[in-house]
Amino acid sequence: MLLQSTSLSFSYPGQPSLSFPDFSLAGGEAVLLLGKSGSGKTTFLNLLAGLLHPSQGQVILDGTVLSALQGHRLDLFRGQHIGIVFQKPHLIAALTVKQNLDLALFLSKKKGGTPTDLLQNLGIVGKSAAAVSTLSEGEAQRVSIARALINTPKLILADEPTSSLDDDHAHRVITLLKSEAAKIGAALVIVTHDQRVKSEVSKVLELKSA
Amino acid sequence: MNLLTLSWRYLSFRPLATGLNVILLAFGLAILTVLLLVQHQFEQKMTRDSAGIDLVVGAKGSPLQLILSSVYQIDFPTGNIKMEEAQRISRNRLVKQVIPLAMGDNVQGLRILGTNHDYLDLYGVKFAAGKAWEKPFEVTLGAESAQILGLKVGDTFSGSHGISVGSHDHDQHAFRITGILAPSGTVVDRLVLTSIESVWYTHDETGGTEADTPTEEHKVSIAVEDGTLDEGIDPHLLPVATQGFPISDQERELTTLLIRYRNPMAAIQLPRMINSGTSLQAASPAFEMSRLLELLGVGINLLKGLALALVLIAGLSIFIALYNSLKERKYDLAILRALGASRGQLMTLVFLEGISLTILGAIFGIAFGHGFLALIVEFSSQEVVSLVDPWVFLAEEGLIFGYALAVGIVASLIPSWSAYQTSIAQQLTKA
Repeated sequence: MLLQSTSLSFSYPGQPSLSFPDFSLAGGEAVLLLGKSGSGKTTFLNLLAGLLHPSQGQVILDGTVLSALQGHRLDLFRGQHIGIVFQKPHLIAALTVKQNLDLALFLSKKKGGTPTDLLQNLGIVGKSAAAVSTLSEGEAQRVSIARALINTPKLILADEPTSSLDDDHAHRVITLLKSEAAKIGAALVIVTHDQRVKSEVSKVLELKSA
Repeated sequence: MNLLTLSWRYLSFRPLATGLNVILLAFGLAILTVLLLVQHQFEQKMTRDSAGIDLVVGAKGSPLQLILSSVYQIDFPTGNIKMEEAQRISRNRLVKQVIPLAMGDNVQGLRILGTNHDYLDLYGVKFAAGKAWEKPFEVTLGAESAQILGLKVGDTFSGSHGISVGSHDHDQHAFRITGILAPSGTVVDRLVLTSIESVWYTHDETGGTEADTPTEEHKVSIAVEDGTLDEGIDPHLLPVATQGFPISDQERELTTLLIRYRNPMAAIQLPRMINSGTSLQAASPAFEMSRLLELLGVGINLLKGLALALVLIAGLSIFIALYNSLKERKYDLAILRALGASRGQLMTLVFLEGISLTILGAIFGIAFGHGFLALIVEFSSQEVVSLVDPWVFLAEEGLIFGYALAVGIVASLIPSWSAYQTSIAQQLTKA
């Protein structure tokens, strides 16, 4: 199994601890993470990404125990092996599309330029020199997907990637995420409460409210 | 793509704020640069021009004026002194060397200074062409004077009365150039040097009242008499004194004397002796100039304070700009962390922004300073100001650079620390 989480729990200061079900995911496989607001979906995602440190349990990605990594090594590991798609695109506005992608390569210390076929697949090949502010919402979201995929990560985490998109774009984004993840053999975790997404992914993990 | 280009993109993404900060800093540093250059060059010129001159003796008046006029050739002389009296002082055992000076004329605003060859030795001048004057009305031009007049060895010109432009011309006698000096970086560069006799004879003729004044008519008669008698020889044809005082059978006047002491005792005794025992005045260049600098010091300190305040405000403004942009960019920083950037890299990023701003400010500031000084020199008719060379770069400007850098580092400390502290998960979840 590429991704495994065992007896994970986390507690925010002064709040009851959240515990998460064990689960595992193979490469190329996708899972939907569902749950009501406050059920800890985003916390779970942050734990999987190594952005939060679990108070118990561990996340293992491709044989590496995330919680055993510290400081810069954890940051670098995340940059190299985990691609994150956020709810909003959150591109760096001071940079062009191409520079945003180059930045991801630079920060993860990967060699080589931006592959054009990735931009081709995402339909943004003509936008590479464009300023971020000139992109439409859908284009920006696709650029942020390109940014998450550029390092050919082993794990792709998507946090409500479709919440601000119309039906057409939502469908396209999910299809893209699925096909790209499958192409590079990455595990895909999508956090959502979007009904439109539920029909697209068969494997579902439901978080119970605490 | 690297951190430096990223920080540069962030800066150029906010051109107005960046520009304002750079300009604010640059202005403060420009004032510092101008002060530094002017102060340094004036002090350097002052010590170089007064080297070897222990005391200046001239007519009673302002001692500072005496120094300025005789050593630096800036102000008007305090008046003339009798040569007899001057000679008496030179015979004092405390005096090692006396260089007499006679002034009163100019050519296109350049002073014609009557002196002897000791004056040339005092500044250790070298000749670019020709040699020193030997006869009356022969002159040697300082390097800059030659450039301004556009004349060369063998050319002639006539001077005009007074030490500034605008008086009547002495056209009866033309000066002939026998030599041009190489640039020495001293006051000599802007002078027209000649013998004291030349200065005397020029004024004899304009006055025209003295009985002994040689005229064209007179000269002819001398020739007829075959020049056997002392009184009959036209002094215009005799070689001039190259050392000490010129010889004259009349009561003559000088303007000032430059004196070198024989021993340290002289510094105590001689000025007092001259000031109280004679109708003359003695002033020490070192003392008068330090007094002048003290007076100017108040103004210089005020300007320095203003410049420092400007730099401080610039530092504060940079701090605020970084801090504010950081608040807007917390999410950006979180994204960078999510993409693999370490805390250290984020801290470096903010530091780089602050330091880039200050380096730009320092470069512009130093450039502005020199440019501003060049403008002042270009458009100033004041002789004093034109002495400053705006394109001299000093090691101390490195200090200005370092100072700017320090301001940048201090201004970036808190913002970069808060960048270091940014919690990614919290930031990313907030939206």
